[in-house]
Amino acid sequence: MVEKPIIQIQNLGKTFKTAAGDVKALDNINLDICQGEIFGIIGLSGAGKSTLVRCINYLEVPTEGDVFFEGESLAGMTGARQRKTRQSMGMIFQQFNLLAQRNVIRNVCFPLELAGVPKKEARERAMELLKTVGLEDKAKSYPAQLSGGQKQRVAIARALATRPKVILCDEATSALDPNTTKSILSLLKEINRTMGVTVIVITHEMAVIEAICDRVAIIDSSHIAEVGTVSEIFSEPKSRIGRQLILGDAVERVDFGNARQIRITFDGRESTEPVISNLVLACKVPINIMYAATRDIGGKAMGQMIVQLPEGEADAARVIHYLQTVKIPFEEVTEHDL
Amino acid sequence: MTFDATTISMLKTGIWETFYMVALSSFLAYLIGLPLGIILVVTDNDGIYPIPWLQKILGLAINLMRSVPFLILLFIVLPLSKIIIGTRIGSPAIIIPLTIAAAPYVARVVESSFREIDAGVIEAAKSMGASVWQIIWKVLLPESKPSLLLGAALAVTTILSYSAMAGFTGGGGLGAIAINYGYYRYEPGLMWIAVILLVVMVQIIQEIGNRWSKKSDKRIR
Repeated sequence: MVEKPIIQIQNLGKTFKTAAGDVKALDNINLDICQGEIFGIIGLSGAGKSTLVRCINYLEVPTEGDVFFEGESLAGMTGARQRKTRQSMGMIFQQFNLLAQRNVIRNVCFPLELAGVPKKEARERAMELLKTVGLEDKAKSYPAQLSGGQKQRVAIARALATRPKVILCDEATSALDPNTTKSILSLLKEINRTMGVTVIVITHEMAVIEAICDRVAIIDSSHIAEVGTVSEIFSEPKSRIGRQLILGDAVERVDFGNARQIRITFDGRESTEPVISNLVLACKVPINIMYAATRDIGGKAMGQMIVQLPEGEADAARVIHYLQTVKIPFEEVTEHDL
Repeated sequence: MTFDATTISMLKTGIWETFYMVALSSFLAYLIGLPLGIILVVTDNDGIYPIPWLQKILGLAINLMRSVPFLILLFIVLPLSKIIIGTRIGSPAIIIPLTIAAAPYVARVVESSFREIDAGVIEAAKSMGASVWQIIWKVLLPESKPSLLLGAALAVTTILSYSAMAGFTGGGGLGAIAINYGYYRYEPGLMWIAVILLVVMVQIIQEIGNRWSKKSDKRIR
């Protein structure tokens, strides 16, 4: 990555004190988020991802380590300076969190009002943003009159009002149906592309990462399990949790006979090539496909396939040899995989 | 019971006295109770400006005030009325004990309205860089307006029922008429008229509160 990091998270840790003792929500988190990228943070619920995103704008104060925004330490800032910095980091939420007693345009004006922008100027800016999110005709409506997708669009317009450099999305599409999710994600991507806003996406859904992210960090039980570009991680997840999230069902050995099984990974290079047909023709043995899945990641077909090797040792060796010669990545699936 | 001009003018005076006692003490009770309610919510452990010790002490003091029966409080506080207003009898004198009794009640009513606000909305305001004051003025108060209005109807009707006890200490108002004529002079007719007028006043206050609250609430529709 040649881009300079806009947000640096260093040795960050967060411990919550509860009646039942200390709970470590985050431990030794190190991440650099680059200017202009869409960065995904994925993990199962309870992994600590929501706490992590709140540490980025100091809604949660870390108990260890620090966060730097454009090189400036948030821990070292005064309260007033922190609040000022938050105006450079918009945030959207799963439950939208609009002010129910304010209409749409006044919701979008709200952060400008907090920042002390004159009313007329704020209205103009808000109207402009409502156009961007396609809701200029709803300016006078109240949140209760809007659908979930519309509410999230208002929330996005509101988050953009103070011209932030970063947008934090905390499970922003988790309360929306698949079609609405798609349209909100493409809106975020468009904002990223046209305004150059860095987007940080927190989610538990792999589909969200696939759809818009450039890079992804996988978080598991308070730690970062792995970080990389989405295509890297998708084609070859290294951590246990990464394999679980990305491979899903394909990680499990399909219990069908005693024959050996292998997992073939398609990283997009050979999507035009009929790999399995060629293998069968070359080796002259039948193989059994147990599982297959393909995803479109940044225009490349990424896939996983589990095939059962032929019963005979010699036949199986021939298949493996073939895959090695044509340089198709694969690995053997054992009983206790993951 | 005779329905002559004197009776009618007495009832008119009663209505007026009840009205101004209730209005003035409600106003003063909110002047004290509203900030107390805000402090209770804001300084709570998970509030926007936690000061747990202050929250605990304030909560305790409010509970203490609320557990004193009003009639007892009335007699305890009346000497204070003498100092502040210059008299311990009559309608003006009862405004002080009414305010003291109602303020902690108002604080609790207001507190519960604020607690209805979704924590996510406050978090969103924080994420936009809102200060504690901005959250109070621009989120807590406007977002809880419908609930605050309903709470106000509740508080004002409670103050109205307290004000009826003014009769025992030489205060005026409809309550005093009911007590003086019904209880001391065995004239149930006039007592019932005073009681019915009180009921009508409660109905009006409640109805105004309900309608105003509904009208201001943008969550419905």
